[in-house]
Amino acid sequence: MLDQSSRVVIVGAGQGGLQAAMSLRQEGFEGAITLIGEEPGLPYQRPPLSKAYLKTGVADALTLRPETFFEKNDITVLSGIRVDEIDRTAGYVWANGQRVDYDHLILAMGTRNIRPPIAGVEHARDLRTLADATQLRLALEEPRRCAVIGAGFIGLEFAAVARALGHDVTVAEAAPRPMARAISAQMSQRFTDLHEEMGTRLCFDQPVTGVDADGIHLPSGEKVAADLILLAAGVHPNVELAESAGLPCDNGIVVDAQLLTSDPAVSALGDCAAFPDPRTGRQIRLESVQAACDHARKIAKRLVKGDADNYNAVPWFWSDQSDYKLQIAGLAAPDDDAIVREDGAVLRFAGNVLTAVETINNAKTHMTARRLLAQDVPVGRDSLEQTNYELSLQ
Amino acid sequence: MAKVTFVTHEGARKTVEAAEGDSVMATAIANGLDEVIGECGGSMMCATCHCYVDDAWADRTGAQNDGEGDMLECAASEVKPTSRLSCQIALSPDLDGLVVHLPEAQI
Repeated sequence: MLDQSSRVVIVGAGQGGLQAAMSLRQEGFEGAITLIGEEPGLPYQRPPLSKAYLKTGVADALTLRPETFFEKNDITVLSGIRVDEIDRTAGYVWANGQRVDYDHLILAMGTRNIRPPIAGVEHARDLRTLADATQLRLALEEPRRCAVIGAGFIGLEFAAVARALGHDVTVAEAAPRPMARAISAQMSQRFTDLHEEMGTRLCFDQPVTGVDADGIHLPSGEKVAADLILLAAGVHPNVELAESAGLPCDNGIVVDAQLLTSDPAVSALGDCAAFPDPRTGRQIRLESVQAACDHARKIAKRLVKGDADNYNAVPWFWSDQSDYKLQIAGLAAPDDDAIVREDGAVLRFAGNVLTAVETINNAKTHMTARRLLAQDVPVGRDSLEQTNYELSLQ
Repeated sequence: MAKVTFVTHEGARKTVEAAEGDSVMATAIANGLDEVIGECGGSMMCATCHCYVDDAWADRTGAQNDGEGDMLECAASEVKPTSRLSCQIALSPDLDGLVVHLPEAQI
């Protein structure tokens, strides 16, 4: 536990890092907090970059907290600064030539885009930072033929915005269906239909083989002509700093159910942390605002109040594509069963246990699912069968 | 421009200037009202920007949006007929002088 003279350093000033700083203050911590981020400016929201911001371009609306917040809460923000090294023995980080000492270190470094080894991939743009999104917005000011590599959340959100603006859009995906890691085949199909109805061309089972300044090459031999190429092929957790400090990493910085690494003075959270799934005990890594913020709150409670409960928040995700809001409560494995209800909601099961609920524009079912999945007792398929898969809180 | 007055659960009042088109949630956060969280950034995913519109203004802020009531059911504090997600109230000159009350807790 921290005392009021402790120093906390948070590496990574995204939403999770900021939440950790905010939660430490809310829990009553009065010691020093230093939040170090690689990007310029104050912490901002990433989810809208591929949604509302692409449409509106209002960057101010992304800022999570104003400058005055950091002054009022005595949180030192070092932005535009990369942390080069952690010295766990002496308890400090090197940040751009400056030594910053810690009693507890929180790693919240997030992810970076995967750049697959495809010839010419340097011609493809990223959509990860505010700077990336601003450039894409500018590019969309004139008519474009867009080629998107990857039909995940980001690729499809971009495709929906670009197509609605009247641009020509082709999406190439290596998997046989969109968002295959995250949702059921049945839900994938609805999004395939949506994008095709919008006039977007979707090419599945087509891992891009090459990129040129004027298009992408598909394994079918076809070249898709394009003057705006977006690479949206997933992300890689930023673990190198932790790894070189000797912390175990395996698809993320490995933490226990307390979000603590193998070093009792170092926690990790959010997209860069591999933590035990509360339901299965399996090490998982989530890419979501929910996990980042819930991890942060949990870490703050442990550090300030000595809270020893295991992390057990229910995951949730969302994606806005055209007028579809996809909402996912819970976490299903790719091969979990899928039951499609008459209203389109998809219930996922591992054996007899409800693991996730996927909905489109159905906040009621989504929120009921979140509350059901948060209960201590698993929700059984057999009991749901008897009520035609209607979800209700008993 | 529109003025908005926030009244905290403890009764403290703070009046701030808002830009037209901004949401009540964004206005609260930009002005240091820590009683509003807005975790999902206005995407109607989290119910952490719950507010009660003052009775005198309840008609003018309009009805809840689709799904808003479903999200509010999961709010941390009591839900009243005047409950709204403050991210779903866009400020306009019509709402100049708006008064909203903030709940005891958001999570």
